[in-house]
Amino acid sequence: MSAKGREYDFKWCPGCGDFGVRRALEWALEARTMRTELPIESNVVVSGIGCSGNLVHLLEGPQPYGFHGLHGRSLPLAFGVKMSRPELNVVITAGDGDFLSIGVEHIPPQALRNLDVTVVVMDNGVYGLTKGQSSPTTPQGGVTVSTPYGKLEAALNPLEFYLTLGVTFIASGFSGRPKELAKLIEAGMDHQGFAIVHVQSPCTTYNDTYDVIKGDSKKGIQPKAWNVPQEHDPADRDAAYKLVRAEGLPIGIIYRNTAVPSLAQRQDQQGKKVSHRSLEQLVDSYRV
Amino acid sequence: MKSQDFVVRFAGEGGQGVVTSAEGLAQAAAQAGYHAQTFATFPSQILGGPTWTQARISTRPVLSPGDQLDVLVVFNREAYETHRQEVRENGVIVFDSGTFELVANGRTLGMPFEALAKSTGNPRATNMVIMGALAQLVNMPQEYLEQFVKQRFSRGRSGDEEIIRANIMALSLGRQEALRSGFNLGELALPTKPEREHILLKGNEAAALGALAAGVDVYIGYPISPANTILIFMERNLVGPGKFAYQASSEIEAINAIIGAGYAGKKAMTATSGPGLSLMKEGIGMGWMTEVPVVIVNVQRGGPATGLPTKTEQSDLMSSLYPAHGDVSMPVIAPGTVEECFYAMVNAFNWAERYQGPVIVLSEQILSERTQDIPRPDLSSLVIENREVYRGSNGYLRYEGPGVTPFPVPGSPGAYNANASEHDTHGDTTHLPSRRVEMTERRFAKLKLLEDGTYECEHREEPVAVMPWGGSKGPVREAYEALLDRGERLGWYYTMQINPLSPRLLNELRQKERVIVPELNYLGQFAAFLRSQGVRAEAITQYTGLPFKVRDLVARLEERVRVRQKRTVPA
Repeated sequence: MSAKGREYDFKWCPGCGDFGVRRALEWALEARTMRTELPIESNVVVSGIGCSGNLVHLLEGPQPYGFHGLHGRSLPLAFGVKMSRPELNVVITAGDGDFLSIGVEHIPPQALRNLDVTVVVMDNGVYGLTKGQSSPTTPQGGVTVSTPYGKLEAALNPLEFYLTLGVTFIASGFSGRPKELAKLIEAGMDHQGFAIVHVQSPCTTYNDTYDVIKGDSKKGIQPKAWNVPQEHDPADRDAAYKLVRAEGLPIGIIYRNTAVPSLAQRQDQQGKKVSHRSLEQLVDSYRV
Repeated sequence: MKSQDFVVRFAGEGGQGVVTSAEGLAQAAAQAGYHAQTFATFPSQILGGPTWTQARISTRPVLSPGDQLDVLVVFNREAYETHRQEVRENGVIVFDSGTFELVANGRTLGMPFEALAKSTGNPRATNMVIMGALAQLVNMPQEYLEQFVKQRFSRGRSGDEEIIRANIMALSLGRQEALRSGFNLGELALPTKPEREHILLKGNEAAALGALAAGVDVYIGYPISPANTILIFMERNLVGPGKFAYQASSEIEAINAIIGAGYAGKKAMTATSGPGLSLMKEGIGMGWMTEVPVVIVNVQRGGPATGLPTKTEQSDLMSSLYPAHGDVSMPVIAPGTVEECFYAMVNAFNWAERYQGPVIVLSEQILSERTQDIPRPDLSSLVIENREVYRGSNGYLRYEGPGVTPFPVPGSPGAYNANASEHDTHGDTTHLPSRRVEMTERRFAKLKLLEDGTYECEHREEPVAVMPWGGSKGPVREAYEALLDRGERLGWYYTMQINPLSPRLLNELRQKERVIVPELNYLGQFAAFLRSQGVRAEAITQYTGLPFKVRDLVARLEERVRVRQKRTVPA
């Protein structure tokens, strides 16, 4: 049950990584609102389907506009919103199944356009809401209800995939470190172009990876997560490739290219050169 | 007696000038004050392939492409073999004697198209040679065509004069060839200039202009035949502050993006054809569920699957009325003429804004590619509606109550969640049975606002009526008039507002003993839709990929009317 809707009956499981993502997004929106002095209503949160999609209903504090759309189609929706109203801050929340499986076809076009939106991908390596099927980020050989004998497909490396597509802002975060994550999301919002903040957000029911990511000295588990080194230059694409191909999970800003104009900027530029005919003139152009 | 109309078909390979000849003739005739309509069918390939275009020129408004050809112009032997059966008795076949030979049989007129054009110094004047000959065959005054040439090529360029001279020379060369042949098709009556100014355009262009007149802000679409020309028009013309057109990466992206645009407060649309509509269906359901105004144009082609991409059919009615899974009844407007394509778009945007949801405009290949003269729309007399925008403070319950509620626009107070899942009054997901009932009924109740459709009706006293829909309107109308001339008794009904149907119209139709629906599909989809609403409707179907021929309709309608007469004679 959310604070605002008594009828709302969805819950994340206890310990779900999505709580941390929600908190981080709330902080990021709050910080942005304070800094820009723009009203909270100038933010739109668009989501698809899955545990991640419910985030729009669970945001606490001042309410931004929300759109809980179809499975996999949050990017096209956000594209329509942003192109129509470039002054709005558009944030997408999506899951790994939602974004990288059914919705994967929508990522390359937005990368080519450099659409100025921020995607927060909540990756738990599994389909949670449908109860535990394999997702693109489930490791090869992984056993799930839909891969009872082990997953045959290789696992996708999302960060490398985004780099290859030319996404102009790529960050990697962890739901267990929400303060840091809020900063990454805020940086994504500030970036004038297509920003993806890919977050490890473990599923405590079907794929509990907290120990793996954080490590556990008592169990002798080395942490998978490591911080992007201070000296890393996010503008250096080759260096970014090295980070995402290294063992483990880099946390921080992986890549940032500010030289590429956003779609809205390109459209503005082009609009200055185009003269348009009035409706009357257009109708008259068909005179016999 | 002078003849009132004239049908000519141009047939050959794509790229030989088949289309430009027909359109040039239509334009020249319309300029002289005739009514004109072209009918085109293309192969599904970029260049070459057998293609043909037909033009019908008349002193009266043209209702159908014309069943029989007065003249067939063929650019190669294959075209001659394919189309010669369609020429009426005493009709003439003009052929390119530079390419092939035909035995003179008293109805063939050979001219070396290219050689004649070259002799004028402008090898591109082939069309003009043919037009000159055609004009001579029907005794059309030469000055009509000369005027057309002068107007078309006076473009303020240095070469204009030379081009005009060559084209006029081409006209007279063609004319001389026709004169020499001695053929004559009788004199085409002179036109009376229409009272209102006319424009000459294709159905898709009329639809695009209609959308602009309705105030469209955003167009997002994916290339597909036969809807492409709307995308092309919009990319060129939907520019300026706050407006844009965009080629999407797929129909799925297009539908979701226009819903995003509609949600953001814009008037948004897309145009597609059957396969694209199939891909958009989940998105259309979302538009219905979230109550976002959008307009989807479906220019029908032959289906299912890839079907007949460049041919015409009326087989997407059911999938437009019920485009999504779940309980949905989609408002559908189906224009029947090029002129109606314009007004259907204005109507569709008004409906979408008024009931806050998607509206489908169901056009057809035969309308989209047809060039026709229509009265210039009076833009100042159009009524344009805009959604009622929410102007209150935050804490708004966007989906509260049984009908349309003011629409909050992102950026302004009134934040809510648009939600493709069932939702409560704020838009948050719910599974509560009572809320489910309330929201379902809310969505259907809004359709009541669209029951303002108008309709045509004649001979309402007759117990049997014919009721075409969409692009079959013209041929059925022509057949209907022919039947009345023969003394048959039959009522006439027509509307482009297919769903919801005007309650008054429905009431009248329910009184009928029978309503006969000629339509271009196998299932008899509109007849079935009428039956589902208590109308005794039966279909006359055709599914060839081509429009109805008037003479076939006359025969089939007459048969149906006679069946009734037999049945009603007492034993």
